[in-house]
Amino acid sequence: MTDRLDGPQATGDGEAVAGASSGPREPLADPSSDSPQPGAAHSDSGAGAPDASDSLTVSESSTDSDSDSDSTAEPDSAAGSGEPAAGSATAAPPGAVAAEGMEGTEGAAQASPRLGPPPRLAVMFLLPAVLLLAAWVIYPVVYSIWRSLFDATGDRFVGLGNYVSIFTDSSTLTTIRNNIIWVVVAPIIVTALGLVFAVLTERIKWSTAFKLVLFMPMAVSLLAAGVIFRLVYEQDPDKGVANAIVTTVHDAFSSSAGYPGARPRENDQAPAVVQDGAVVTRQEVQAGSPVLIPLVGLTQDVVKDAAPAKAAPGGDGLSGTVWLDVVRGGGGTLNQIDPQEKGLGGITVEAVSGGAVKATTETAADGTFRFSGLPAGSYVVRLPQSNFTAPFNGLTWLGPALITPAIIGAYIWVWAGFAMVLIAAGLSAIPRDALEAARIDGATEWQVFRRITVPLLSPVLLVVFVTMIINVLKVFDLVFIIAPGSVQPQANVIALEMWRVSFGGGGNQGLGSALSIFLLVLVVPFMIFNIRRFRRDEG
Amino acid sequence: MTTLAEPRHAQPIQRNVVARVADRLGGGLVQVFMVLVALFWLLPTLGLLVVSMRGETDNNSSGWWTLFTKPAQLTFDNYSSLLASGFGSSFWNTVLITVPATLLVIGIAAMAAYAFAWIEFPGRDLVFLVVIALLVVPVQIALIPIAKLYGALGIFGSILGVVLFHVAFGLPFAIFLLRNFFVGIPRELLEAARMDGAPEWRIFATVVFPLAKPAIASLGIFQFLWVWNDLLVALVFADTENQPMTKALQSQMRQFGTNVDILAPGAFLSLIIPLVLFFAFQRYFVQGMLAGSVK
Repeated sequence: MTDRLDGPQATGDGEAVAGASSGPREPLADPSSDSPQPGAAHSDSGAGAPDASDSLTVSESSTDSDSDSDSTAEPDSAAGSGEPAAGSATAAPPGAVAAEGMEGTEGAAQASPRLGPPPRLAVMFLLPAVLLLAAWVIYPVVYSIWRSLFDATGDRFVGLGNYVSIFTDSSTLTTIRNNIIWVVVAPIIVTALGLVFAVLTERIKWSTAFKLVLFMPMAVSLLAAGVIFRLVYEQDPDKGVANAIVTTVHDAFSSSAGYPGARPRENDQAPAVVQDGAVVTRQEVQAGSPVLIPLVGLTQDVVKDAAPAKAAPGGDGLSGTVWLDVVRGGGGTLNQIDPQEKGLGGITVEAVSGGAVKATTETAADGTFRFSGLPAGSYVVRLPQSNFTAPFNGLTWLGPALITPAIIGAYIWVWAGFAMVLIAAGLSAIPRDALEAARIDGATEWQVFRRITVPLLSPVLLVVFVTMIINVLKVFDLVFIIAPGSVQPQANVIALEMWRVSFGGGGNQGLGSALSIFLLVLVVPFMIFNIRRFRRDEG
Repeated sequence: MTTLAEPRHAQPIQRNVVARVADRLGGGLVQVFMVLVALFWLLPTLGLLVVSMRGETDNNSSGWWTLFTKPAQLTFDNYSSLLASGFGSSFWNTVLITVPATLLVIGIAAMAAYAFAWIEFPGRDLVFLVVIALLVVPVQIALIPIAKLYGALGIFGSILGVVLFHVAFGLPFAIFLLRNFFVGIPRELLEAARMDGAPEWRIFATVVFPLAKPAIASLGIFQFLWVWNDLLVALVFADTENQPMTKALQSQMRQFGTNVDILAPGAFLSLIIPLVLFFAFQRYFVQGMLAGSVK
């Protein structure tokens, strides 16, 4: 069924359907629907569907049942229409069309009066659905338009005032900005990832398992997904897995000794000074005379487990000591290493000459360092700024700056599998010959992908993309759940703001109605897109 | 298979060998990449599961991954205290909302779809286009008007109100999906039945409905998941005693940090049934999804 379902957008069933729905037509039109030509690209979604489900260990029975129904019903037409998958969709039409001959459409009555059920029967079949749709969907649209013209309590007519405030109030402008970010970023990433994964699943043997894993979030409620990602985005790298990964990767590439606040004394006797955040020796130094770099600005707590500072032995090579030049309880000699003073280990030390770093080393636990094998000459010793920044603690995912990207990340986690399965369905319908022919002609994999796969897939990609846009416009749960209360204003989106002003304490149903109409207006272009696609496929 | 075997083929296919080695290297990279992606996708859910099975103090002091080195942390206390706190009733509410909402949608949509597919009536195509248009209408549009309506009818806050809302908003997709399936059913079957003089409702019940099982299964699983996983509708229309799990959990979100021992097992309980259904009926799920790429 997938095919026909999916197909409606696509040609396959379009044809099938038309027979039944839009009046008499030539029976011969149908077979075209199963032709695998790329020209009929949209048919891939139809024909492809079964494959996709197949790879998810699925389609077997569905295809079966489809073809069963066909074959019992109308063996030759089923056989005629080729692919079992598109089977019932495509197979059906011939039957339908044949019958059409007998029954006609509007002319049904005269052709065979007793076969055509009377139109009033349709009323009975449609009544429950029509009543529900009219009362729960259509009436609310009308009511909301009306209500949006009144103020918060509904007593005073304000014309378009609520719409004006949507576009002037800074908090709703933030929601619109966020929705724009969502619409621009999320559908593209989801579609692109879906495409990459769909193409790559064809290269692995465990593609079924892979698809299941990526697809699973679709079954999970967005609330649960929100809770899941609140845990992922915990600030503390010891608790949140995102920051655990980020800090691990970060620390692997840059060591952070972390002596925030450490600095040289600010007087003319101090042998070291601050320069662009780094600590450098005031004078150039030479090998043989140990360099002293006394620092202050750390509490004794920071160094309570550190080893006592030692003077670096002379000898060849540039050497020296970095230590905390403060004695607990006071005393000691400035700029000299006193016995109670502690060395600062793990500090990165650079030997700089002519503006270029000639060598880098690190202090030992007692604060000493030595550059061995450094050419003789004069150097400035520099302790780069990285020594004095706070240890990296991960990103503030749930803070005002990153909250929207963080939620979009969760959204991608939920929807990438959807895009992948849909695109994989389209992919499996691409004629292999075309790809093979290109490869034999010497095309690289990239060229095949870029010049053949993607163009042939473009109808499916468009469907995925549009579906994602519609979905993103209505995004609500993930923002509501993942954004902590304090940053919700920064993460806010239209759908959430609508709920907030109407029910979540805002108490302004006039503005809420205007927001919901605004949301409806935003999806209208896609409504039209769907209708046009359907009509094209049907017609 | 092994590259070691290659040299025997000697020169002529030298280039081929190179290409194949490159291929295999590329293939290896693809494998590694895909494994990483799959892990990346599994990790968040695994984290939720593990967090839900660790004590509060453990969760506050260390990451969930430490469980794998200290399995002694494993405990079901969170679950038992969650159930003791009355979470079971919201689970039951979810069932009471979801099952009728799913069955009603299937029944009502099947009838409508049958009419669209097999009964000629004036304006049929136009009405069906309206149904397609309604596919993308956001539920937000109905929250305020229906809240008013329910207030007038006296069903605001009740399970009935939530169910009807879900049924109405499930219908466009359901009708769309089933109608497109029904038109694919060979007309001869219906004609034969009609010729035998069977009334239309019996043709519907005995011929079309049984044939449409795959489509109905797809629709059923989708509608079930939508309703089961819904938060917004419940948030507006269900009062506290009728609230489903999603709303019950949402009310705990404000103190996320201190409520993790409730939220994690609750979220996991809420997703276990959809997950089981998903694995059991994934083929229908995929089919429904392929069909539903419009909503």
